[in-house]
Amino acid sequence: MYVCGRCVRYVQSRLLCIKAQHVQTSLPTALLHHSLSQSCRDKWTSYWIRSFSDERTESALSHTASRITEHGLVPVKNSELHQVSSAPPPAPAEQTSIDLDALSCPSPFEEISDEDAIQIFVPPDLPPTTFTLRDYVDKSETLTNLVHLGVNLSKLEERPNVGSMLVRLDFQKDVAPRLLFLKDLGVQDFQLGPMLTKNPFLLTESLENLQARVSYLKSKKFSPESVAVMVSKAPYLLNFSVKRLDNRLGFFQQQLGLSAHKTRDVVSRLPRLLCGSLEPAKENLRVCELEFGFRRNEIQHIVTVVPKVLTANKRKLTQIFDFVHNTMGVPHSLITKFPQVLNAKFLRIRERHLFLEYLGRAHYDPTHPNYISLERLVALPDETFCSEVALASLDDFERFQKTL
Amino acid sequence: MASPVARLFSKLDGLFAVYKPQGVHWKLVRDSIETNLLKAVNSCPAAPPRSKVHFQLLPSGDCSSSSQLTVTKSSLPALTDHPLVTGPRFHKIRVGVGHRLDAFSSGVLVLGVGNGNTALESLYRSHVTREYTLEGEFGRATDDFTHTGRVIERSTFDHVTNDKLERVLAMIQGANQKALITYSQVDLSTQEAYELAVKGLLRPQDKSPPILTGLRCLSFKPPQFTLEVQCVNETQQFLRKLVHEVGLELRTNAVCTKVRRTRDGPFKMEDALTHHHWTADDIIPAIANFRRTTRKIRKNDIYRQVKQSDSTTQTQDQPRTSTCQLESVSQEKAGSLNPSSETSADSRQF
Repeated sequence: MYVCGRCVRYVQSRLLCIKAQHVQTSLPTALLHHSLSQSCRDKWTSYWIRSFSDERTESALSHTASRITEHGLVPVKNSELHQVSSAPPPAPAEQTSIDLDALSCPSPFEEISDEDAIQIFVPPDLPPTTFTLRDYVDKSETLTNLVHLGVNLSKLEERPNVGSMLVRLDFQKDVAPRLLFLKDLGVQDFQLGPMLTKNPFLLTESLENLQARVSYLKSKKFSPESVAVMVSKAPYLLNFSVKRLDNRLGFFQQQLGLSAHKTRDVVSRLPRLLCGSLEPAKENLRVCELEFGFRRNEIQHIVTVVPKVLTANKRKLTQIFDFVHNTMGVPHSLITKFPQVLNAKFLRIRERHLFLEYLGRAHYDPTHPNYISLERLVALPDETFCSEVALASLDDFERFQKTL
Repeated sequence: MASPVARLFSKLDGLFAVYKPQGVHWKLVRDSIETNLLKAVNSCPAAPPRSKVHFQLLPSGDCSSSSQLTVTKSSLPALTDHPLVTGPRFHKIRVGVGHRLDAFSSGVLVLGVGNGNTALESLYRSHVTREYTLEGEFGRATDDFTHTGRVIERSTFDHVTNDKLERVLAMIQGANQKALITYSQVDLSTQEAYELAVKGLLRPQDKSPPILTGLRCLSFKPPQFTLEVQCVNETQQFLRKLVHEVGLELRTNAVCTKVRRTRDGPFKMEDALTHHHWTADDIIPAIANFRRTTRKIRKNDIYRQVKQSDSTTQTQDQPRTSTCQLESVSQEKAGSLNPSSETSADSRQF
């Protein structure tokens, strides 16, 4: 991650704005009565901060940022950026016409009273360029609040351009409305952090766009709760344009040949489908049809029960099917009945099947007396599997694993 | 007092063995163990975050005199040290693999953690024997000698009997015995060589081609048969080729259906961790269990003993004698000092 000097200056300027405003409102009387030595004031005001304090009267908060970037030609020297926050509104004529070179430095031996010393504001020494957001977390309101929300900045700063983007955001103006929008949508508080960790670009998307996409989803008869769940499960969903979303929903309905209701069910259970590439899903459907030899209605059933089959790795899927069908001798109809098998781990299926075979209990035919369903074979944890299905101790199972 | 992380790191320092399942690459085993260890290390409580002191000016009401200005001090934990900002503290733990097992084979795989990686080198140099169980099948030959490969030849195997198989195995073992004597670099006409040979301690001294030191048939049910092999400096491909050659010697063909390592030097199958137990909670006791073995491996390293100007034959003897207890104790002290400094250096580095 690389944060440019301009962003840093932006953060600094925002800090100074806040500071100065605060002092101005809280200490009106002190400001009037207290005046500093002229030389001191010269020094502070001659730097680019002057541009802020000069125009403070007329410039709004948003203005300052742009002004300061215009004044960016003036060299920024962090060590000398001591601004006296209680500087009175300057006399315009002499102040603005100060030559930048003619700096009169205060003598180091000059006595400063305690009150003066207190009011010298030392701006934070933000490094102009950096590779981590750590330097800015304590200074930037946005970053601080994001951390409190639970956003993992260490992950975000690894991605290109995300760090600069986050530093530039204004919490009140940019971040808060979108967070409120998400909260209105029904996203839980604890989900906001992980969501933004996955997709920080939600914060730069315009509110109208977000609103349009949500209303599109609602127009497709997704219930408000399911929209909230979908958005929190697949954070990139709201970054897709309405047209693209429509295309993708249409693709799945057409490819799977499902009714609108069932498509909605599949998509709301695995919203990742809409965000990822469509090619692997297409490929997996082909694999199921041509390589595995499932019929069309069987594929529909498998997908509606376990949508993850569409995003699974093709090679792993083939490996599992090959083992279950060819080695264990389970027919297609049974696999369709218990499609969770295709979602399980290959190693687990293999060692359990071999263990059962060793014990003489590997009966997957429903008509057989000691029939073991595929679901029980796959889904149970090891202890339950050993005690209920294999009727052996866990130690025996482990000893058996070491003979494979 | 050492921090909990430093204490954990001092425990994660040594050798242990896992049972690698078939069809899994050894790199995957190593990586998953490293991830699990990192998870445990990173979940250790970190040092409390540094606190940052803020000075805030408080409005002093209507009073106009500047001496009434009050500054309040508040100290808050700095966000710079927040775990979400710093990310995980450790990104890498040194996990090394001993003698490799390829994806087709399964069995005991020795892993070294942290400082144990140096012991892995000693283990490599000591040319320990490893024990394998090979399962083969007569009747066909494939291009990569496994049962899954492309079949290049089929043949009958009715004429193969247990006797014939035993005879072929004995012949192969005899040839290997001869090779072993050549590579062990001892003078055959000396008392020393005689004593070593009687104890069965002849080993190749440095690099050598794969040598079988023991070979026998465990079961023979044509077409299946099972061999038990002890060998030095082998690869799994060599063992599969051995099955193929056994088939050829018997005037038929054979493929290898399983290669399983049951022992790697001092690491036996009983102590190996199956893949459900590849977590820090199980690895730490395993490392403690093998601490004594690790120490012995380090001590018997030939290269270190050459420096101490011992003769090579004595180094061969020493592992089996228990007379050098004192030395092991001193080694232990040195070992206990080293890891702590190592871990502190590590933690500083991260």
